[in-house]
Amino acid sequence: MTDVIDLLVGIRPGTPLDAIRARRPEARAQAQASYAALFDPADPAGIAPAERLAVATFVVAIHGATDVAAHYRGRLAGLDAALADAIDAAAMAAAGKGPYGRFPAGPLSAEDAPGPAWSADAATAAAVGPRLGAAFAHMHLLVFHPRDAAADHLQALLDAGWSTTDVVTLSQIASFVAFQLRAVAGLRALATRL
Amino acid sequence: MSDKTLVPPPHEVPVVFTRAMLDWLSWLEPMAKEELTERHYAGLVDAARANSEYFRLLVRDPEALQARTRTDKDIFFNPDAGLPRAERELAATAVSRLNGCIYCASVHARFSATYSKRGADVERLLADGTGVDLGERWNAIVAAAVALTETPLAFGPEHVDRLRAVGLDDLAISDVIHAAAFFNWANRLMLSLGEPALPAA
Repeated sequence: MTDVIDLLVGIRPGTPLDAIRARRPEARAQAQASYAALFDPADPAGIAPAERLAVATFVVAIHGATDVAAHYRGRLAGLDAALADAIDAAAMAAAGKGPYGRFPAGPLSAEDAPGPAWSADAATAAAVGPRLGAAFAHMHLLVFHPRDAAADHLQALLDAGWSTTDVVTLSQIASFVAFQLRAVAGLRALATRL
Repeated sequence: MSDKTLVPPPHEVPVVFTRAMLDWLSWLEPMAKEELTERHYAGLVDAARANSEYFRLLVRDPEALQARTRTDKDIFFNPDAGLPRAERELAATAVSRLNGCIYCASVHARFSATYSKRGADVERLLADGTGVDLGERWNAIVAAAVALTETPLAFGPEHVDRLRAVGLDDLAISDVIHAAAFFNWANRLMLSLGEPALPAA
């Protein structure tokens, strides 16, 4: 299978950036294995393939990482075009600037940077359903203000019908994609100076 | 019936960034040790990680955990040239400081201090945050880590130039990028699935 980070950065075999990535062969292979485990799992268990791609599309889109978002959105649109359209609208409303959030009360409170939580409006909730609506609200927290996370946020996911194991996988999807789009942006910047 | 979150046992919450050893308490039910199969041990990579609540939670998705762990190990432990381990850990610490992951910062500040022998500087990064002056080489690494952590991303060719100006070669710059990017993965899991605690006295 094509290495997705290579694809997204535009790395061709034999180029300097290809050689640099080859020096960390396991990181390269296992980033790809992470992508495969999350988006093409042998057994999707509690999270349907379209749901996995929907969550990733939303996470990347609210980061403002347009090119990477197109990759996930394109895969999702192949499965559920209406859902991809609904995410475009939701992501535009959910975009922001991070990281922000509060610290445990004490000396770090001076650094508190409170900011908004996001939840699906009526139109989005109707278009994506309560399960994905709850997932997207949590994804917004993970992208912009993960230090505000509390057990109640996980309970909201469980109440929306996700299992404990599903929540682990949803969290991995958001966190992996947060890594992947940063690796892509970083390597692209490096490529301009090689 | 839907699953329920856990209520962690009574504990003291760390209220500052620290190099001290911390505990981590899960908000979701980890797998029990006796439930772990060969597939789960493959996911854990190191069998000893079965003793950690955090890894026994993540191993609910063993394939994702295994790939995550092997990505992590190559980015931080691969000894083939590139950025010295101390500075890969510095980038991890800076990202954790900015995102606010007190637990992650504690672990990687310890590594950074150990490998760099610059404990006082690491301590200042923890105490004062990513704007602290640590000398131009470390400042350039911290600034790159910060730019890769902000959303939308603020990292650009100017960060590459600054890293090169302090002596980093292409592989070392790629290591900074990967270390910082990886901690944007690690922090989000650690911050959102449980909480840090001071070890019971």
